[in-house]
Amino acid sequence: MTYKAKFKVWRGDEGQGELTDYTVEVNEGEVVLDILHRLQATQTPDLALRWNCKAGKCGSCSAEINGMPRLMCMTRMSTFTEDETITVTPVRTFPVIRDLVTDVSWNYQKAREVPAFDGGDVKPGEFRMMQQDVERSQEFRKCIECFLCNNVCHVVRDHEENKEAFAGPRFLMRVAELEMHPADVLDRREIAQDEFGLGMCNITKCCTEVCPEHIKITDNALIPMKERVAGKKYDPIVWLGSKLGIVKKGENTPTA
Amino acid sequence: MSTVEAPVKQRAQIKERTLRTDNWRKYPYVTFVIFTAWVAYATVRAMWGGSFYVPQYHYLTPFYSPCVNDACHAAIGAGKVGNAADFGTFLPKGMPFFIPYAALSLPFLLGFRLTCYYYRKAYYRSFWASPQACGVKEPHAKYTGETRFPLIGQNLHRYFWVIAGLISLVNTWDAINAFHGKDGGFGIGLGTLVLLANVILLWGYTLSCHSCRHVMGGRLKNFSKHPVRYWAWTQVSRLNERHGQFALITLGSLVVADFYVMLVSSGTISDLRFIN
Repeated sequence: MTYKAKFKVWRGDEGQGELTDYTVEVNEGEVVLDILHRLQATQTPDLALRWNCKAGKCGSCSAEINGMPRLMCMTRMSTFTEDETITVTPVRTFPVIRDLVTDVSWNYQKAREVPAFDGGDVKPGEFRMMQQDVERSQEFRKCIECFLCNNVCHVVRDHEENKEAFAGPRFLMRVAELEMHPADVLDRREIAQDEFGLGMCNITKCCTEVCPEHIKITDNALIPMKERVAGKKYDPIVWLGSKLGIVKKGENTPTA
Repeated sequence: MSTVEAPVKQRAQIKERTLRTDNWRKYPYVTFVIFTAWVAYATVRAMWGGSFYVPQYHYLTPFYSPCVNDACHAAIGAGKVGNAADFGTFLPKGMPFFIPYAALSLPFLLGFRLTCYYYRKAYYRSFWASPQACGVKEPHAKYTGETRFPLIGQNLHRYFWVIAGLISLVNTWDAINAFHGKDGGFGIGLGTLVLLANVILLWGYTLSCHSCRHVMGGRLKNFSKHPVRYWAWTQVSRLNERHGQFALITLGSLVVADFYVMLVSSGTISDLRFIN
């Protein structure tokens, strides 16, 4: 079934731009990315958009469709009515390069700041990991780094000044993954709070809502990490125990 | 030699607060109404100081448990007088109305729910608009999250959880006590079932707590070395998936349990008895 859909696409660069109206053909089974490709092929060849796999696995085509952060390749046109106007804008949290293409380098900078896995004295070939321990971090490894979670998180989305002090759900999840790793010897709780801004998270779960891989970021990474940090920094009994020498304090991870 | 500066990159300047077209206001507004109505009901009932006990069947509403005011020794309900103070009293009669009869439990239960990870999401969205919904710009100029006083106190959730567990034991005692018949022996009425269902749901809420999940095994680095705790963590994790549902259902079950006891205690209705 073919019909003409009404689109509003944000066009511009260096932050300045506007929503431009288009009417484009839609065929059965298509996704938003298909429509934007048709738009590019038939009406506006200079439309800039980033894409790669068209299968929801590369994380390149992140955008905001009708205001919600989504992958364009995974948003079916059948989820909209035929008379609906579909708005497509670049992700709001990152600076725009042109049209729908944004500069996501802030995320890579944050990624570099997370101290890498440290297996301590374990020699290659010595370490064995049991299935139940693998499963726990396996969920986090599904991340395709589309950065929709970092984009939707209001801590940086609505407060750009927090970008320095906050790593976003994606990299707090990375810290949690390493903290839960049975062979990692570093204690990452202090830096999770002080350097990656875990305390800024108010668990409103938008990261979980938009994750295209359906990773339970809040319940399985951020809240468990908050509980671990509470044990290290805010638990009065643990504090008293460490003063009395009953609770041993672990080595903090050095600052990145 | 002159150099060319790279253009300053900016976010896309979009003036609309959100471009969402779905009904995103529904969640914060409905939550706001439900929570406000619940708090109003609970406040009135907790400070009422009457219609909280049915002596014939030993029905004690959860809003008055444990009943620690001296007045609980002679609690009036359905035309009779009985002792609702199973755990002793320490508050004298004639306290100001804002000191509830369950002064030992209500502040902690409030603390447990206020610091609960589910409720935090719900009230940050619906009362504080931080944010109201995903992808909707929040109205605040500055944001520090839970890094400062008073919100840094949210980290004490685990202590409220422990106390809530103890209070759930008291509520369990109340539910068992409610298997009481007219002639003093065993009996079951609709009130018994209401109190029992409420306490089962309260246990569901308490055991599905994220702090419980952490204590059971979440804090471990190595599941395979602690099979029993791993098993416990797995069970709590299953419940934890429904923590938000338990949080909301127990709001309803607490009101139903309290309202039913209030109706029977005040003589508005009589209890539907199944056995004795």
